[in-house]
Amino acid sequence: MALQEKYKQLTDAAAAEGISNLQVREQDNVLYIDGVATSGASKDKLWDIYNRIDPDYRSGDLVMNVNVAAGSGSKARVTTESSNLNIRKGPGTDQPIVGKAEKDSTVTLLSQTNDQWWLVRTDDGEEGYAYAQYLTIQ
Amino acid sequence: MKITNILFSVLLTASMFIMSCGQKDSDIQASVEEKLKSNADMGAPMTVSVADGVVTLTGECKDEACKVQCEQLAKSAKGVKSVINNATVAAPVVVSTDNSLESSVRDATKDHPTVTATVNDGVITLTGDINRSNLPKLMQSLNTLNPKKIENQLTVK
Repeated sequence: MALQEKYKQLTDAAAAEGISNLQVREQDNVLYIDGVATSGASKDKLWDIYNRIDPDYRSGDLVMNVNVAAGSGSKARVTTESSNLNIRKGPGTDQPIVGKAEKDSTVTLLSQTNDQWWLVRTDDGEEGYAYAQYLTIQ
Repeated sequence: MKITNILFSVLLTASMFIMSCGQKDSDIQASVEEKLKSNADMGAPMTVSVADGVVTLTGECKDEACKVQCEQLAKSAKGVKSVINNATVAAPVVVSTDNSLESSVRDATKDHPTVTATVNDGVITLTGDINRSNLPKLMQSLNTLNPKKIENQLTVK
């Protein structure tokens, strides 16, 4: 209950941003917020609020699993730090690299394996799995 | 004069008593809401509606016990004839197994060589250091892995 108070601004914002399948649950002194955002901007907004309430995410009392909805065929920009994004044979960093997608290039999302991995096609026509965190859905 | 006054007040009390036997739905609603407030396990407040003394509860409870407790509290309110309990129970939080967390944490931290992540009983503990600008990205990916919690002990530069 206290946690819901602490993060009330965040859950209110999640509702205001129209996060779908929004679930707010408290279990063993951790608050779990799950849902699907309609845009990357909505997700970023929630993470900004989270960082304001709990600077540098130190408290260990919130797990916020909010992903951005994207249908297959959507485009995503490669937002790596500086290097190219590895395209792999399977969903896992232990999988062999079958291609690269340049930073700031655009890939086509084919299907989502899980919250971490997407099957994508690069502009060069290479197909393989890419790590979702480095893809910004457009 | 005095006797009239006494008679009047007796009548007034009696009429109030009679009225309270057939409680107004709005009064019942208020008293049910008041009773539900005492249930500390409730997350978002339950929605209470009343029609002819029949109370309908809608909303989400964290577990089955909480749902039963809400119904009992509602029944105990004055003037309630019966309770329709339409409350739903939230699905419990599913935490990934340590095995699957270990491999997904490895993927998430691969590009952060100065970060060490350990997994124990669903809890991800982060040590080492990181630039503040990279912290949100790392935390965002770890938050999608269904951990029980994330202990961030990183030195943020």
